[in-house]
Amino acid sequence: MATTRHTFLGSYKLQKRTTNALIHTILVIISLLMLLPFWLVISASFTDNQSLVIDGYQIWPFHFSTQAYSYLFMSPDSLVRAYGVTAFVTLFGTFFGLLIMAMMAYGLARITGSTRKAFTFFVLFPLLFSGGLIPFYLVMTKIYNINDSLLALIFPYLVSPWYVLLLRSFFNQLPSEIIESAKIDGANELRIFFQIAVPLSTPALATIGLFVLLNYWNDYWLAMLFITNHNLFPLQYLLFQMLQNAEIMNKSPQVEHVAVPGQTLRMAMAVVAAGPAIFVSLGLGRYFVRGITLGALK
Amino acid sequence: MAKSAKLKVILTTDIGLTPREIFFKNLRRYFSKNGWLLLLILPGLIHILMIQYAPMFGIIIAFKNYRNADGIFGSKWVGLDNFKFLVASGTAWHITYNTVLMNSLFILTGTAAALILALLLNEIYASKLAQVYQFTLFIPFFIGSVIVGYIAYAILSNNGFIDYLLKTHGQQIISFYMNPEDWRVILVIANLWVGIGFGTIIYLSGIIAINPEFFEAAQLDGANKLQQIWGITLPLVRYLVVIQVLLAIGRIFTANFGLFYFVPQVWKNGGLLSTVDVIDTFVYRALYGGSLTGATGIVSLGMAAAAGFYQSVVGLALIVGANMLVRKISPEHALF
Repeated sequence: MATTRHTFLGSYKLQKRTTNALIHTILVIISLLMLLPFWLVISASFTDNQSLVIDGYQIWPFHFSTQAYSYLFMSPDSLVRAYGVTAFVTLFGTFFGLLIMAMMAYGLARITGSTRKAFTFFVLFPLLFSGGLIPFYLVMTKIYNINDSLLALIFPYLVSPWYVLLLRSFFNQLPSEIIESAKIDGANELRIFFQIAVPLSTPALATIGLFVLLNYWNDYWLAMLFITNHNLFPLQYLLFQMLQNAEIMNKSPQVEHVAVPGQTLRMAMAVVAAGPAIFVSLGLGRYFVRGITLGALK
Repeated sequence: MAKSAKLKVILTTDIGLTPREIFFKNLRRYFSKNGWLLLLILPGLIHILMIQYAPMFGIIIAFKNYRNADGIFGSKWVGLDNFKFLVASGTAWHITYNTVLMNSLFILTGTAAALILALLLNEIYASKLAQVYQFTLFIPFFIGSVIVGYIAYAILSNNGFIDYLLKTHGQQIISFYMNPEDWRVILVIANLWVGIGFGTIIYLSGIIAINPEFFEAAQLDGANKLQQIWGITLPLVRYLVVIQVLLAIGRIFTANFGLFYFVPQVWKNGGLLSTVDVIDTFVYRALYGGSLTGATGIVSLGMAAAAGFYQSVVGLALIVGANMLVRKISPEHALF
């Protein structure tokens, strides 16, 4: 009896180890396939432009060259400017967006009476029905007149109804005893919000803030709709312009005489634009994981 | 519950006051109680009014022949002409077909792949490598659609990675950007690549939440891994899957603009429009790049607004319907 049990467990463990090895192999292959496209772009950015045009995109940069990067940094004005615009829009938009959304969410969580339901529906309805792109565009440009400005890149995304509702469900979970006792001590709701509710929900605010930040950082849409001034191009929109026409970088006099390494320049541009964002995102990965499960399971 | 909510509280101090006085008294009480909260809500409220609600009234231009010179209110009413044109030209059917077909393929492939990966990750979740795999699956989610367009170009262009492989093996190269039929598959793969990490995390979190005692009991009864997955894991995450799929069906009329615009680079590959033109890209092209009319002919802003209006109305019906079903299955997962 004892021996059979022993061999049963033994064979079970062996079986488990082979299954796990198989699973690891599958996952390693899938992970490599996920990373391959990135590697192709990086490899291409370090390839000689001539070679890229003739031989094609290869796994390894056989004709190694940093030509694309030196070209890119010879005249980095538009790139630096786009980084600046994106950084400003992201910081400004994330800070004020988060502030306004958190205030609203706290208000919705605490307000009493039948207005509570009415306000919540007011926030929810735009998630179900929208006027569509054309009316949005016309209202923004013809009535508010905010095209071709930094405001056009920030304002439309400040408040997102979905995030307001998520934040509201966070604030709903705050222990009401703390808030009530603060009220008895004479604090008004404004103070309670800033001095109690916000500090107690920093993890939630960080999670939502990260999503807002990513939305601003990766946004091309508002620029596609409202921006024509080159000086206001955000990063993603500059990338889009370059995808259409690599020569758009060739604006300054010091690079006029140099031939544009069109293909590799594009890829170098993609690396310089996406690289930092990927590293930051990976560092903050676990907040994203939490945010996603939260949005899905509410 | 509904009945008790309707009962009005009458305070003894209210006796003898006229209804008007009671109303104002209640109003004062409401404001003294909620004044600060209303102040907190106000900025968000104004923003939502300006950005979300104001365009809803702009929808009237779907029923107008919009001309820049006449403006939103000055343009002529044309009744349902814009809608009639969309239907008669076949555009309505064309963009609806592409949107719904591609989104259906995305839901099918995305759900299956995410579920399989979540099951695999769950088996080795104790290993530190699980985190590494999970983040690797996630990276493409962070980079934005424009970069996905760059990557697609590196792989699919005439000197791209695939054609390089074909050439070195003595095969004929493929001009992907000229074959509209290929793009259904390409976009399914691109969508999987971008979104797989997201879906996997949702299902993995559902699987991890399962009580481990179920599996221990099944093991003692001699169930192998596949039997455990079939008999325990799948039935227990079924709800989660059904809910995710239903919510995705609720959004089936809305396409991921970036994916359908930047990846096929439709602004220069008009020939691909027959398979990749979706409602969202159609409406955008009416606004900009009107010269690129491709399969759909010249489109006015009124017609584009009509397409947007149709998308919103059907979308509303779908999401409300999906939500009703979700509410029946599991009330706490309903959106509203």
